[in-house]
Amino acid sequence: MDQQSTLHESRGGVYYSIKSRLHRVLSEIGQAFTLFFQTLFQIFRPPFQFNLLIKQLLLIGFNSLAVVIVSGFFTGMVLGVQGYIQLKPYAVEGSVARFVCVSVVKELGPMITAFVLAGRIGASITAELSTMKVTEQIDALEVMGTNPVKYLVVPRFLACSIMLPTLTIFSTFAGIAGGFVAVVTLFDVNGYFFLSEVQKNLFVGSVLISLIKATSFGMAIAAVGCYKGFSISSAGGAEGVGIATTGSAVISLIAILVLDFVLNHVLFNILGLV
Amino acid sequence: MISVRNVTKSFGGKNVLNGLNLEIPRGETIVVMGRSGSGKSVLLKIITGLMSADSGEIWFDGTEISRLGTREVNIIRRNIGMLFQSAALFDSMTVAENIAFMLDQHTDLSKSDIRKIVDEKLSLVDLSGVQELRPAELSGGMRKRVGLARALAFNPEVILYDEPTTGLDPVTCTEINQLINDLHAKLNVTSVVVTHDMHSAFSVATRMAMIHEGKQIAYGTPDEIINNENPVLQQFILFGAPDQILNMENPILKRYLGR
Repeated sequence: MDQQSTLHESRGGVYYSIKSRLHRVLSEIGQAFTLFFQTLFQIFRPPFQFNLLIKQLLLIGFNSLAVVIVSGFFTGMVLGVQGYIQLKPYAVEGSVARFVCVSVVKELGPMITAFVLAGRIGASITAELSTMKVTEQIDALEVMGTNPVKYLVVPRFLACSIMLPTLTIFSTFAGIAGGFVAVVTLFDVNGYFFLSEVQKNLFVGSVLISLIKATSFGMAIAAVGCYKGFSISSAGGAEGVGIATTGSAVISLIAILVLDFVLNHVLFNILGLV
Repeated sequence: MISVRNVTKSFGGKNVLNGLNLEIPRGETIVVMGRSGSGKSVLLKIITGLMSADSGEIWFDGTEISRLGTREVNIIRRNIGMLFQSAALFDSMTVAENIAFMLDQHTDLSKSDIRKIVDEKLSLVDLSGVQELRPAELSGGMRKRVGLARALAFNPEVILYDEPTTGLDPVTCTEINQLINDLHAKLNVTSVVVTHDMHSAFSVATRMAMIHEGKQIAYGTPDEIINNENPVLQQFILFGAPDQILNMENPILKRYLGR
């Protein structure tokens, strides 16, 4: 009898724990979407503070350029080496250029750029905003009649949405260049042949897909980074800032992967783009 | 000028403000006292609209503000300056940029006019030559002064002080108290000072209010407060008030020693 009641209690505890956790997750998703829609609303509401946007564009774009190019270049090199090794047994190693080009343009260019920016920018946005929250700076903004979403979130959101596709172009070129360098220097593939294959397989539709994905990833990184920064309690302290920053990086990475799957399904399966 | 009527606020089922009433007349310096967690800072957040009350009304100059929209609240906020407990200076900006922030955001003043106002507000809080410093380069007392200069930038009618002397050494505390008195005398602003520092409270108050368990349990001039027989208030004053107030003739001390 005792064992049975303990079992019931433990089942009840597990049920309650799952219910409360689910409730918390749904509530956080709801709050994140509320912030997202507030941001969209504030984007089109004057005054437009271009100086704040330019500052964020430089911070997010210019400062991330080198790391994005290096990441893209080495990803392209790995793809080139692996592609050549895997294709050679089937005597289709000539397709390595197509393999590198399509993979980098449609998938890895935007993905690598988004991963780099999620770790570098998403986490830094959360750390900055959550520190401002803990030190009452966001309250101070509000007391001075300035909307924190307009002043803090909108420039970061726009900058991420603009710079992600821009940086993706650089990382994509770097990826193709990396594949070219790896394949031409390590294997007996003709450089001219590689470039002509890339040219044949580079379609406007593919580039468009890449840019749509990159823009969506940029929005997701900024939305998650800003939400996690704003959601910390004022009493959270340094520990709260650390937890929010880690959470931001993890959620951004998961959001990018989920979004990539959804976009692949919508763009390729439903809309039939190539 | 500000009237808090029957305000309630609870967090997670715990009542922090439980039907609080408070009158803040124009030109007075009201000190709101209470133990830690008694809802003093929550009261300031509700007055500034940073937090909404569960029920009750906040009146500012004849307007009930707790149900107003964001735009109307923002207009009223321009009449309210607030010195935060941590000063809450924007650490990515210089001192001058901090003080100029509100003018920059809400006026069309030229840069030179804004610079003049910044210098004027800094001299009001007895600071100079710090315009280009970052908040991280300032001492605790200087940060509070800059926070106060920023609160004064828009010439507010009301200044709210959230624990203005917390974390400061005794000399700096005295300087901040003096500054609050000086500003009151020079600008004739209405001030609300939230504190549990009795030295500070008796140094600056023209009226005092005591909050306990979410309600106002005492209200009056410093003399009336000293003579108030409420045991919670007596205990609060006895363990915190400065020596010059608690001399041997003081009724609270007499009652305490008599017991």
